[in-house]
Amino acid sequence: MQRLLSGDRRALARMVTLIENEIPVARRYLAELHQYAGKAHIVGVTGAPGAGKSTLVTHLVRELRRREQKVSVVAVDPTSPFSGGAILGDRIRMMELSGDPNVFIRSMASRGNLGGLAASTRDVVRAMDAAGYNPIIIETVGTGQAEVEVMRIAQTVMVVAAPGMGDDIQAIKAGILEIADIFVVSKADKPGADQTMAELAMLLSLDPARRAHDKTQPYWRIPVLKTAALKDQGIPQVADALQQHYQYLIESGMLANRAQRQVRSEVQALVLHAVVNTLKAKTTEEEWQKLVDEITNKERDPYSVATELEERIGLNQ
Amino acid sequence: MADTRPIRVLVAKPGLDGHDRGAKVIARALRDAGMEVIYTGIRQTPEMIVEAAIQEDVDAILMSILSGAHMALFPKVMELLKQNEVNDILVAAGGILPDEDLPAIKALGIKGCFGPGTSMDEIIQFVRNNVQADRLTTEV
Repeated sequence: MQRLLSGDRRALARMVTLIENEIPVARRYLAELHQYAGKAHIVGVTGAPGAGKSTLVTHLVRELRRREQKVSVVAVDPTSPFSGGAILGDRIRMMELSGDPNVFIRSMASRGNLGGLAASTRDVVRAMDAAGYNPIIIETVGTGQAEVEVMRIAQTVMVVAAPGMGDDIQAIKAGILEIADIFVVSKADKPGADQTMAELAMLLSLDPARRAHDKTQPYWRIPVLKTAALKDQGIPQVADALQQHYQYLIESGMLANRAQRQVRSEVQALVLHAVVNTLKAKTTEEEWQKLVDEITNKERDPYSVATELEERIGLNQ
Repeated sequence: MADTRPIRVLVAKPGLDGHDRGAKVIARALRDAGMEVIYTGIRQTPEMIVEAAIQEDVDAILMSILSGAHMALFPKVMELLKQNEVNDILVAAGGILPDEDLPAIKALGIKGCFGPGTSMDEIIQFVRNNVQADRLTTEV
């Protein structure tokens, strides 16, 4: 614990393992870490698979290192729904960052969690925060429309879109488009980048709040930035935008606002999680199988079964 | 926690050697066996491998090498692990490792050596059996 707070990366690595695996002692440590965390700017990077998230993150980290920041990255990749295993490949593009003592990268498997993150990503970020990393970048799994969970953890959400993916814009229109604080059009050296930028700008201009905002109040105008990471273009602008957004969050009071919302959802998630675990502990696999069979055979229905189980774990009293 | 967590494995290709099909096949097989595999890609220095293993807190490092530089790279990896006081990570190697080098490789503390023709099951079982059991449950 002391070693973690003093920045020992092995202590942090072990702590992350404890957290990720829900070793009971982790909760006690996390409770203690809470008071040390809260200093870091937490940045979420999301976008479709292959949009260029890892590459952007790698170059962004390099730029942030030039600015003397101590950066941490959590990169989430999907767990196989069949074997429970995972191949975590985000590091491939980030290996050049290995060896810098002021960069800490951790890969996480999603372990069945939907929403683009792992269930314990928030807690892992907290440990990194307490260990003195700032900013902390969360790279989500490749996302489609509904994986917006990162907004419940990150203070600044960056959505990456690659050009030439046709209906890519269409795909992000409803879900992750709404959660973006910054748009990045990656691979700008490829054809179609300007068109993608124009489409995003057009979609943003449809936002009624954009015209109606109170001119006397701080207002965040969502930027659409262009990068060609492999040619090292546009990255400083992304780093600038991150900083500006953080500044805006502080000045507008939004930081406290978001934190409030996030705390509520966090506590709810913790309780929900405990409920699920209690349920699992109080039902055997055979019992599950029997219930599942009964429901599929129409002998029983899912609702009355749920009511029965809720009573067993002390709900509905 | 009664049941153990997934085993975390780092699969790395040290040195100037771009032949990564073997490493990818292994990574895939370990994934299908329920492990979490961190794949680093090709051309890794010993420093990169050891740093990644520490940050990712892996249970095992598997290095694949076909270039013939194993006697230059393996000792460096083992030495860096020692320098960082890492003594609970299983290290194994695969690829083209001449028989006459095997005793020297094992003497470095590399527990398994797998040449061409090894079955996936053999490697999976080796990892399962040799990862330090207390790593999967211990507290710090």
